[in-house]
Amino acid sequence: MPGKVTSMHDAVAAIVRDGDTVAIEGFTHLIGFSAGHEIVRQRKRDLVLARMTPDVIYDQMIAGGVARKLIFSWLGNPGVGGLNAIRRRIEPASLAGDRPLEIEEYSHFGMVARYTAGATNLPFMPLRSYFETDLPKANPLIRPIKSPYSDEVVYAVPPLNPDVSIIHAQRADANGNTQIWGLLGCQKEAAFAAERVIIVVEELVDESVVRADPNRTVIPGLIVDAVVVEPYGAHPSYVQGAYDRDNRFYLDWDPISRDEDKVQAWLSEWVYDLPDRAAYVEKLGAERIASLRPGPAPSGSVDYGSYR
Amino acid sequence: MSELGFTKSEMMIVAAARELARAHVCFVGVGLPNIAVNLAKRTVAPDLEMVYEAGVFGARPARLPLSIGDPTIVTGATAVVSMFELFGYYLQRGLIDVGFLGAAQIDRFGNINTTVIGDYGAPKTRLPGSGGACEIAINAREVFVIMRQSARSFVREIDFRTSPGNLGGAEQSEAIRRAGGWNGRGPSVVVTDLGVWRFDETGEMYLESLHPGATLDEVRATIAWEPKIGAHLGTTPAPTAEELRLVREELDPDGVYAR
Repeated sequence: MPGKVTSMHDAVAAIVRDGDTVAIEGFTHLIGFSAGHEIVRQRKRDLVLARMTPDVIYDQMIAGGVARKLIFSWLGNPGVGGLNAIRRRIEPASLAGDRPLEIEEYSHFGMVARYTAGATNLPFMPLRSYFETDLPKANPLIRPIKSPYSDEVVYAVPPLNPDVSIIHAQRADANGNTQIWGLLGCQKEAAFAAERVIIVVEELVDESVVRADPNRTVIPGLIVDAVVVEPYGAHPSYVQGAYDRDNRFYLDWDPISRDEDKVQAWLSEWVYDLPDRAAYVEKLGAERIASLRPGPAPSGSVDYGSYR
Repeated sequence: MSELGFTKSEMMIVAAARELARAHVCFVGVGLPNIAVNLAKRTVAPDLEMVYEAGVFGARPARLPLSIGDPTIVTGATAVVSMFELFGYYLQRGLIDVGFLGAAQIDRFGNINTTVIGDYGAPKTRLPGSGGACEIAINAREVFVIMRQSARSFVREIDFRTSPGNLGGAEQSEAIRRAGGWNGRGPSVVVTDLGVWRFDETGEMYLESLHPGATLDEVRATIAWEPKIGAHLGTTPAPTAEELRLVREELDPDGVYAR
């Protein structure tokens, strides 16, 4: 299977450039940790990082010094607390002379609408949100717009077209035809909105597997530049049907992230000093990985019919 | 644990869950709302359709979701959709009866801040921000709030309006909501660790019931304005043995939320 299959190192080296706007999407599910770590490892700089929920991965990447700006809609460690490395770059009391992180903030629907406008080549997307809130004051790119058909006023957000979107998925074929099940987040929109797309999968499959279930294809190879095969690449987030969220990691990150020295030590141990994801998985250990495996709950199958 | 046999947080979660008895479709928020809604589903509202902003309609979680994107909300659900569909077709279309929200700060009219403490450009504390809360507050038919009471959270003026409540009062709020085509009528109840608050005809919250063991002095000490007290102030019925069992054994065995 030649196609677009490459290593994470080569994909990030060739496709992610300093100064790029990069979106690693995946709402709680399928978060591309291995891609984020490779970006840190290659010491990319001045990125604009976009993500609805920056999550622990952007806390780590921003601590790794790759970003100058963050575009987001919910800044937290889900189910645990705050993202402390990012907060240190935003709250003046803890900046300690560092350059503050620039932020551009929306609501969830606003971020989804931005990707949708970007994916569909529209100049803006209207939505019924933001009325009587302080968000348009905090972010002047959120603007009221009058309907051309009535006196109704709604809010508009501009398209978001990342230079690179990185999507983790259950499986793809060598050409990047990508199938996802479970939470879909805004990965399809983020991929179609992007100039370049990297797909990272748990499993590389034959094209016939994709063709046997075309309704499950979320991203076509048409818009994909590279396919990286990295099992457990979404750890400590989860992959529906393959492994559970490693909640212990999310809890452990909280005290680590409160101390800049501990964060840097963590990055050394788990990112800079390891060559790739396979080494990370080996270091994590088979027992930890095995503890995350869910029980089975297979879907029924449908009959697409044969029409000759 | 007090001599009452339950904690303030357990009482808050149980009281919040009971509010869902008449709800059909509920949008579940992160944190305390998550456990309250899951308790309601197991008690007063077995037919409740739980909607998660992550893209799930009709969730049947087998365990308490660790976050609002937990894989347990997917397995066995009625539908899993993209977030554009969830926010567009379900919420903005007006299909959500109740949006259940938490808050860092709230004012007397139920306006909510979850963005920053202090100045936005130079915050004292940076909070998570809106997530979906802003559009939930606007487009869910009504909003339930669950949060602990303190003088820092029940404030005269919130530092940032993330999610609109009754704005400057009921009259203004109703006019703006009608003119703007919002689906939502605004907040209808605030459940805290001390009592249950509802909103009067002016749009201001008043204390409808005190939880067992809580006092009016405690209420006044944990609120930055002189609160309205309901003319028929009652006592919230204590949690039943079954409600406590569900919280302690099934929903929150580690006591993350309830202790």
